[in-house]
Amino acid sequence: MNDNPVLRIVAKIIIPMILLFALYVQFHGDYGPGGGFQAGVIFAAGFILYGLVFGTEALRSAVPPHILRIFIALGLVLYAGVGVTTLLMEADFLAYNALSQDPVAGQHLGIFLVELGVGITVGAVMITVFLGFAGRNDP
Amino acid sequence: MLIEVVNVVILALLAVTALAAVRLNDLFAVTMMFGIYSLLATIMFVVLDAIDVAFTEAAVGVGISTVLMLGTIGLVGRRARKVSHRPILPLIVVIITGAALVYGTLDMPRFTDPTAPVHQHLGPYFLNESPDQIGIPNVVTSILASYRGYDTLGELAVIFTAGIGVLGLLGLRRRKRPGHEGGAR
Repeated sequence: MNDNPVLRIVAKIIIPMILLFALYVQFHGDYGPGGGFQAGVIFAAGFILYGLVFGTEALRSAVPPHILRIFIALGLVLYAGVGVTTLLMEADFLAYNALSQDPVAGQHLGIFLVELGVGITVGAVMITVFLGFAGRNDP
Repeated sequence: MLIEVVNVVILALLAVTALAAVRLNDLFAVTMMFGIYSLLATIMFVVLDAIDVAFTEAAVGVGISTVLMLGTIGLVGRRARKVSHRPILPLIVVIITGAALVYGTLDMPRFTDPTAPVHQHLGPYFLNESPDQIGIPNVVTSILASYRGYDTLGELAVIFTAGIGVLGLLGLRRRKRPGHEGGAR
């Protein structure tokens, strides 16, 4: 879509870094600033940059909309599923202590899964919203 | 002293940016103003030591929402329509509402007041208990994902709803099959 070689090459170099940084923010959120919301948005930003430089058609081939739709629901289902799992283990909804023998390990696992769910849904929704707005301009 | 000066400067710049965004007619410039506004808010949050919130504001307010607004401008054109009437009534409503909100803040404890209720009960509890109960260094994540897990689930449901709302309104255009001319827009 965009023929500017500088833009294309710089985008190709920094998109993997953006995605890697998003994963860092996602999984390092327990120790530093960050978490699922920020990671999802940064991950989506990498894809949106790809869509801006190479065109929304290319972005649509990279992340097909029907897969995005599954991911939008998957994150929320993962989050709520952790709650249902703790219910089935005869604890309160989202009481992560029940997830493991050691309450602290259960908390770690619960927070990890919940943040992952947040990241998946936020990222998928952001890419979907971008495709919804930007994709309508294509001929 | 220095922190007060920084706060006053940032708040003044926030007000200037907001007024500029209201007065400008070029929607592209307005979008840039919103981006600058979010960036200033980010600095504000960093000054307040709310790094997680600043991070979110930087990613969402400065990054994604600017891109989405630019995408919308691409659809609707970059000129705002001239307003022919004088919006006096909305101005009065906004002034009264703003005055009521400012009046409401008078009851709040002073900023950085150590005897404020929030610093007596919940704040110390989270700070003291979360290393033993949750065991992760970032207390914000502990509160967000564990102590306030219900709220975060609700927030995620809001984002989910917004996503399917956009899908329903704008739709994801199907890719055209080769040889298939035109197609519904």
